[in-house]
Amino acid sequence: MNPSETIPSEPPAKLNITGVSKTFVSPTQTVHALDNVSLTVREGEFICLVGPSGCGKSTLLNIIAGLDFPDAGSVSSDGKRIKGPGIDRLVMFQESALFPWLDVLGNVLFGLKLKPGLDKKERADVARFYLKLVGLERFSRASVHELSGGMKQRVALARSLAPNPRVLLMDEPFAALDAMTREQLYGDIQRIWQERRKTIVFVTHNVREAVCLGDRVVLFSPNPGRIREQFKIDLPRPRDINSVELAVYSTDITRSLKEVLRPDVKEVAE
Amino acid sequence: MKRFLIAAGFFTALISIWELLVRRGIWSPYVMPAPSEVGRYLISAVQDRTLFDSSAVTLKRLMLGYLFSLIVGVPLGLLNARFQSVRDTVGLLGLGLQTLPSVCWAPLALLWFGQTESAMFFIVIMGSLWSIMLATAEGVRNVPPIYARAARTMGSRGLHTWLTVILPASLPFIVSGMKQGWAFAWRSLMAAEIYITILTGFGLGHLLHYGRELQAMDTVMGIMLVIVGIGLLADKIMFSPFERFLHRRWGTGRV
Repeated sequence: MNPSETIPSEPPAKLNITGVSKTFVSPTQTVHALDNVSLTVREGEFICLVGPSGCGKSTLLNIIAGLDFPDAGSVSSDGKRIKGPGIDRLVMFQESALFPWLDVLGNVLFGLKLKPGLDKKERADVARFYLKLVGLERFSRASVHELSGGMKQRVALARSLAPNPRVLLMDEPFAALDAMTREQLYGDIQRIWQERRKTIVFVTHNVREAVCLGDRVVLFSPNPGRIREQFKIDLPRPRDINSVELAVYSTDITRSLKEVLRPDVKEVAE
Repeated sequence: MKRFLIAAGFFTALISIWELLVRRGIWSPYVMPAPSEVGRYLISAVQDRTLFDSSAVTLKRLMLGYLFSLIVGVPLGLLNARFQSVRDTVGLLGLGLQTLPSVCWAPLALLWFGQTESAMFFIVIMGSLWSIMLATAEGVRNVPPIYARAARTMGSRGLHTWLTVILPASLPFIVSGMKQGWAFAWRSLMAAEIYITILTGFGLGHLLHYGRELQAMDTVMGIMLVIVGIGLLADKIMFSPFERFLHRRWGTGRV
């Protein structure tokens, strides 16, 4: 079954990030999370933001999501300035952030209920369709705690996809999973991205993961958070994270990442 | 079945030993009536409907006061968690009053409301309102912020977030607050009924009180058993379904 025939996909959006700066001030320290960052994400592009902890990549994701606001600069989606969270830009968090009081289907339905123009049956159909897409249609009545880590993130993915956002923001969604499960999900996410055409911003500190998934990998450096370098990944899809071609790219990027870290080595990125 | 047999064996043994101790004259029947005596009283009280009528009076008082506490306490708890100013005022007041056993209100309640149902109502509310409010507030403060963030990105705002995310996420705390509130309300009402004579209805506490006045320890014992029974039943009927739901959804309760 071709999903795009069953459920129409809205066209992916273009993101414009211009001169964004963000500083967090706490009694103990001041962190320049982002310093004059500019970036354009094409319609339907899969972009990966990589960098060591504290380089502002998650902050940028939160700003695009509308959960945080920049001190300076602006972010716009298809030319419209982002003023807050919107159902056209959904976030998939590092922890699944699924609601334990709802079953799997209820979780996927949550965002759909907030989307106007769908009746009850249509909502249920859409939710089932996405559960099927992530291979969990048999678990629609299961409680969240009954699922494994990988299944939880699959449900979270279905929940973010169901309201048909134009932009999908993913904040280290696979960081807490074991390698086997992660590799399965790399396959799933590439397949779904190709079928559903979304603009995806994917934050990770795992270089191989970034190369495996991204059309483009953006390397950030910390203190203050800036874009250090960008890499275009010209590899055919679906990509296998263990392939040699992929390793060539990631070796390259890892070298740059080490330079980023050299001045004050605080944390070792994978 | 095995669990039932163990429980049945335990209680049969307990009652048999008790009966034996009284029959052998080791325990005086004036101080500790035999279970058979207590049983006889209970049967007669059921037959002349005093037990039924008193239980109905008591339960009506309890339910009214408790429902009022729930309806006011949960929203108050939400406001408490949402607004610092509410926490600093009503929250602090509640925290203080929660430490006060609510039967302490009896003298004032009598003065304010007289020997009326309102006095009982007031004492029950003072017993349960604060713990329900505080548990709700505590529950809300323990909701992981990521739930609200996730809900916001999906387009949930304001009241919708509170009703569909914050409130259900704090359910485990709210239910334990409800149980605590129920226990406090039950204790308060019994104390109040023993302490205050009210002309509009003769509750279980009053029966117990008159049993004491008449030196009828079988009545006292019998009423005590009924009070325990009602407490157990309420727990099973009112809270067990909630707790089963919580355990199933959250995956808790299995150690």
